[in-house]
Amino acid sequence: MSWVLALPIMIPFVTAVLAFLLRRSRMGDLASVGGSAASLVVAVVLIAEVLDQGVIAGQIGGWQAPFGITLVADHLSAAMVLITAIIGLSVAVWSLAEIGPTSARFGYHALFQSLLGGVTGAFLTGDLFNLYVWFEVLLISSFGLLVIGGRKYAIDGAVKYVTLNLIATVLFLAGAGLLYGATGTLNMADLRGAVAASPDQGLMTLIAMMLMVAFGMKAAVFPLFFWLPASYHTPHYAVSAVFAGLLTKVGVYALLRVFTLIFVGDVGYTHEILLWVSLLTMLTGVLGAAAQSDFRKILSFHIISQIGYMVLGLALMTPLAVMGAVFYLLHHIIVKTNLFLIAGVSQRLTGSSDLYAIGGLYRTAPLLAALFIIPAFSLAGFPPLSGFWAKFVIVRASLDLGEWLVAGVALLVGLLTIFSMTKIWAEAFWKAHPEGRQPALADLPRSARWQMMVPIIALAVMTVVIGAFPSAFLEFATKGAEQLLDPAAYVAAVLGEARR
Amino acid sequence: MNSLILSVGARFLTALFLLFSLFVLLRGHNSPGGGFIGGLIGAAGFVLYSFAAGVDAARRAVRVDPRAIGVWGMALAIIAGLASALASLDPFTGLWLILADLALSTVLVFDIGVYLAVFGAILTLVFALEETL
Repeated sequence: MSWVLALPIMIPFVTAVLAFLLRRSRMGDLASVGGSAASLVVAVVLIAEVLDQGVIAGQIGGWQAPFGITLVADHLSAAMVLITAIIGLSVAVWSLAEIGPTSARFGYHALFQSLLGGVTGAFLTGDLFNLYVWFEVLLISSFGLLVIGGRKYAIDGAVKYVTLNLIATVLFLAGAGLLYGATGTLNMADLRGAVAASPDQGLMTLIAMMLMVAFGMKAAVFPLFFWLPASYHTPHYAVSAVFAGLLTKVGVYALLRVFTLIFVGDVGYTHEILLWVSLLTMLTGVLGAAAQSDFRKILSFHIISQIGYMVLGLALMTPLAVMGAVFYLLHHIIVKTNLFLIAGVSQRLTGSSDLYAIGGLYRTAPLLAALFIIPAFSLAGFPPLSGFWAKFVIVRASLDLGEWLVAGVALLVGLLTIFSMTKIWAEAFWKAHPEGRQPALADLPRSARWQMMVPIIALAVMTVVIGAFPSAFLEFATKGAEQLLDPAAYVAAVLGEARR
Repeated sequence: MNSLILSVGARFLTALFLLFSLFVLLRGHNSPGGGFIGGLIGAAGFVLYSFAAGVDAARRAVRVDPRAIGVWGMALAIIAGLASALASLDPFTGLWLILADLALSTVLVFDIGVYLAVFGAILTLVFALEETL
C-alpha cells in the first residue's frame, strides 16, 4: 500500500540523479522524459487505486500515525499527482526544444525533476511538517531553475522570489511550531481532532492566520503576490510554464487541505477573510494584466486573478463551491501551462515577447494561432471549454448563497480576461509585424517543431475533452469536495477506524 | 572582504564547523540533530570560508563539485529508502545490521545522504550567487 504512495515521489528524484549523471550527453534529456513517463504511469495506478478503494494512506518507515510520516491520497491528492505528472511529461518533452547544452550541463533536468518530486510530495503528504520540507525542496529547486539562464535580470527576479518565499516558509515553520506546542501532533488527520478539542481556540485561530498568510503568499493572493510578476517572465519558457502550472497551485492546495481538514473551528472569521482576499485577488490580477504589454507578464498576472476563483470556492465553503475550486484547480493547471508553452513558441518565431514589437504569427503559424485560442478562451470562460464549467460552478455557488456582489465580480473578471486575451491575439497573431519582418517557420528546426507542438496539442485536446464531456470530471470533483468537507474517511484511513 | 581577523579565523572556524556538523549528524539518530541540520552547518563553514578567501579558494577547498556531492547524496538517500523493498517492508523502513557492539542501519545511510544533498545544494547556490553578484 505504501509503495504506490511513495513511488510517485521517489521516481522524480531517481530521475533527477540519472539526468544529472548523464547531463553531458543527450541521454540526460531522454532520462528526464523517460522518468516523467514513468511518473505518469505510477500516477495513473495511484488514481485507479483511489477510485477503487477511496482514501488510501501509508506509513513511511512503518512508523504508525500519528508518530511517523503519513502519505495520504484522496480524490484531490491523486488528481493533483496525476496532473503534475501530465504537466511534467509535457514540459519535459517541450524542454528538449528549448534547453540548450549549457543549461543541461548546469543540471536543468535534475532541478526540473526535483521540482516535480517536491510538488508531488506536497500533494501526498499527510503531515504538516513534512509539507514544510516539501516547500523547502520546491524553493531550492525553483531557485536553481530561475537562475539557470544566468542572465542578470533573472537573478534579480530570483532574489525577490526567494526573499518573499522565505518569509512565507518561516511563518509556516513558526505556525507549525506553535501548533505542535499546543496540540502535540503535526499529523494532519490527528490535528483535526486535536485542534477542535483544544481549550485555547483563540490561539488556534491565530495559528490558522499564520498558515493562511504563508500559504497565501505561496499561492500569490492579494496582497502577497508581488514576487510572482517580478520573477515569472525572466527564466526559460519551460521553467515559467511549469511554475505557472504547478507552483502557486501547491499554495492553493495547502489552503484547501488545511482550511477544510484542520481549521474549521471559526469558519465565520477565517473564511470571511478568504472571501475578501479572493475578490481582491481576482480584481488586482486582471487589472494588472490589462496594464501589461509583455506576453508572459500578461499571463503571469492572469495566474493571480485565476487563483482568486479557486480561493473563492474555498471561502464559500458549500459543497458546490468547493467542488468548483477543485475543478478549477485541475482545469487551470492544464490551460495555464499550455499558454506559457505557446508564448515560448511565439517568442522563438518572432524573437521577442513584447507584444508591440511582434506580429504576423497568424499568417506564419495558423495552427499555433488556433491552439492559442483554445486555452485563451478557456481561461476566459467561453463555453464549451473547460474554463466555462469551472466559472459556471463558482458563480452558481455564489448565487445560491445570495452573494450577488461575489458573482458580479467573478463575471466581470471573466470579461476583463477576454480583454487581455484578445489583446494578445490582436497584437501577436493578427496584426502584421511592425517592422514588416514576417516570422518564418523555417527558423525552427523540424525536430524542435515536433517537440514543441506535440505537448501543446496534447494539452489543448485535454482542455477540449474536459469542456466537451464535463460530467465525468464534475462528478470526480464532487466526490473530491465531499471528501474535503467531510474528512471522516480521510481521518479513518490515516488513524485507523478505532480513533475516528 | 579584507579583514585580517576574518581570514585568519575562517580557517579554524571552517574546520570547527565541519567537525560540529559531523557531530550533529551522528547524534541525530535519537536526539535533536540529523542530516539536514548537519549539512547546513557544514555548508555554513565553507560559506564563511568563501567570504574570507573568495569563492575560487572555497571551491578548491571543497575539492569536489558541490553539485556532484548533492546529487550523490540524493542517490544515497534514495537507495537507503529503496533498500526496504528487498525485505518487502514499507518504504524507508530501517534495516539493521548488528556487528557485536556496532549497530549499522539504512537509517544512518539515509541521514548521510541527506547531509550530502543539503551540503551540496546549499554550496551550489551560494557559490553561484557569489560569482554572479
